[in-house]
Amino acid sequence: MAESELLSVRDLSMRFGGLLAVDQVSMEVRLGEVVSLIGPNGAGKTTVFNCISGFYRPTSGEVLFKGRPMQRLPGFKIARAGMVRTFQNVRLFKEMTVIENLLVAQHMQAERSLLKGLLLTKGYRRREQEIMERAAHWLERVGLIDFANREAGNLAYGQQRRLEIARCMVTQPRLLMLDEPAAGLNPNETRDLNRTIVRLKQEEGITVLLIEHDMSLVMDISDRIYVVNQGKPLADGTPDEIRRNPEVIKAYLGEE
Amino acid sequence: MASQLLYAGFSAGLTFLLGASVLGVELRSQGVNTIVAIEGPMIWLWLGVAVVIVFFHQLFRPRIEALRHRTWAGSRFSLPPLLRNHAQRRLIIALVIGALLLFPFLAERSAIDLATLTLIYVMLGLGLNVVVGLAGLLDLGYVGFYAVGAYTYALLNNYFGFSFWEALPLAGAVTALFGYLLGFPVLRLRGDYLAIVTLGFGEIIRILLNNWTELTGGPNGISRIPKPTLFNLEFSRRADEGNIPFHEFFGIPYDPSYKVMYLYILALLLSLATVYVIYRLMRMPIGRAWEALREDDIACRSLGLNPTGIKLSAFTIGASFAGFAGAFFAARQGFISPESFTFIESAIVLAIVVLGGMGSQLGVILAAIAMTLLPEIAREFNEYRMLLFGLIMVMMMVWRPQGLLPLKRPQMELKRG
Repeated sequence: MAESELLSVRDLSMRFGGLLAVDQVSMEVRLGEVVSLIGPNGAGKTTVFNCISGFYRPTSGEVLFKGRPMQRLPGFKIARAGMVRTFQNVRLFKEMTVIENLLVAQHMQAERSLLKGLLLTKGYRRREQEIMERAAHWLERVGLIDFANREAGNLAYGQQRRLEIARCMVTQPRLLMLDEPAAGLNPNETRDLNRTIVRLKQEEGITVLLIEHDMSLVMDISDRIYVVNQGKPLADGTPDEIRRNPEVIKAYLGEE
Repeated sequence: MASQLLYAGFSAGLTFLLGASVLGVELRSQGVNTIVAIEGPMIWLWLGVAVVIVFFHQLFRPRIEALRHRTWAGSRFSLPPLLRNHAQRRLIIALVIGALLLFPFLAERSAIDLATLTLIYVMLGLGLNVVVGLAGLLDLGYVGFYAVGAYTYALLNNYFGFSFWEALPLAGAVTALFGYLLGFPVLRLRGDYLAIVTLGFGEIIRILLNNWTELTGGPNGISRIPKPTLFNLEFSRRADEGNIPFHEFFGIPYDPSYKVMYLYILALLLSLATVYVIYRLMRMPIGRAWEALREDDIACRSLGLNPTGIKLSAFTIGASFAGFAGAFFAARQGFISPESFTFIESAIVLAIVVLGGMGSQLGVILAAIAMTLLPEIAREFNEYRMLLFGLIMVMMMVWRPQGLLPLKRPQMELKRG
């Protein structure tokens, strides 16, 4: 196995009763890459995501993250290992404020000792200050600093999407998994998202695994692309290879 | 308009039928026979008034609703702005605490007694608020933890001679342990299922206390539970061996109201401690996690928060407050029996949390005061007391479903220079 391999999925299958939703899917994500997972609706992309991030327990197959098996761990432990995801439909804490959303996300970095918190010790206050500063830093990065004390549910849809990414980033993940981040965004917002992902990759060295339907976004930012169709792996390669692959064209456009 | 008239007429007729059959006639026994007696004219007069009111209310209902709708928007009151300023808020809090501390020296004994009872409900309400209001776990068996706290002190005193102050932390710890043990298996359940299991738990505790006669005295309860002491000074006329009564120590004449005042001040201090601890918890990582979990547990998991552990902490911490309140209750009453810990107590505490506004501490305190004072004020209504109480609750939920003072955001603010 190569040094730079961050995530490797081997022969992943997921069966719901009689339905084989994911069938022997394998993929590799190397450090610092942006990898996309595409396929027609109902191809099983989100199911793959749910298996990798521990929301489903895969029927068979292996998920190795930094060389460690993940497929038996609960979702929160996988997140703690450094794999953090977003959801197709935004899942913010809508009644909490923007800044509070980012504070909750840093739960594992915060000082959780009850006694220290009740007594407001120096160490506790320093840690709270640190996570507050990191939250403010990320709000600045995604351009939401002016909305810090607003309720998250009152933000515009595009802003909610950006906040969700910021909420992942404050946990300091190694791998960021985005499930259709451009869904419901207008062309301007999609361009912003494109820039944000590229900057995250360049400045933070973050690795991104992406599910997306917006082909121009996918082709633009991906280093490599995996295509699944009806739960089965169809093709993989660079954007150019995928664009020219007759199998992929057939799956997307239907047979002539 | 015609359909409205028909509907109003039907409602009035229904009112008459129901009212007449429930209130208008009475079954009297004459020897071995039972006869149906018609009530006097006053009842029929009131019934007539009720029928007319229902008729006209239904007739003009669309207009009344429109009017209500218009007044509704204006009826949301929030904290006056002077409470927003930090320094002023501190001053006001200090003044309120000062007034509460002075209160027993000015008020009558019965009023102090009632205030002490209110403070017990404040503690219970605040504790349950952590579980229901903040963490969003519907707990219908909260009284079980209250009972555990009360019996912990009573039994420790009865069998091992523990004093109130020695037993108080133990009561909190034992209750927290019970919360943990109950929470561990059941917190995987959601919403309604959790409510049913906790309801069962409350009943199990009560029935256990009722039937384990050798240990708890069963329905006879435990009596002669000593009152709290002030640094070993007792508030009775004559102290137990080794102790000195309070009045002798200070060389003042014996007055039974010292005891009542002392209990009040103790309850006040315990309540203030509860308020402070929960105030801090809400602003600590654990409090933020409770609220986040209430909103979306899937998002919590995706961020590395362990939902079961966080729920368990809310359950355990909430239970321990009931334990402290229970131990104090046992000390105040001097006598406890399983009858004090029926489901209705859980329901009242839950009503306090819901009426106060889920998650809001000030709201819960106000609701606890209202819930204990209302039945006292309404005492002259005798058997209609609970009816009145129910009516107020229904109106409250119709007009202000969010509670008296709903939780205000933000808890944490980003301040920029």
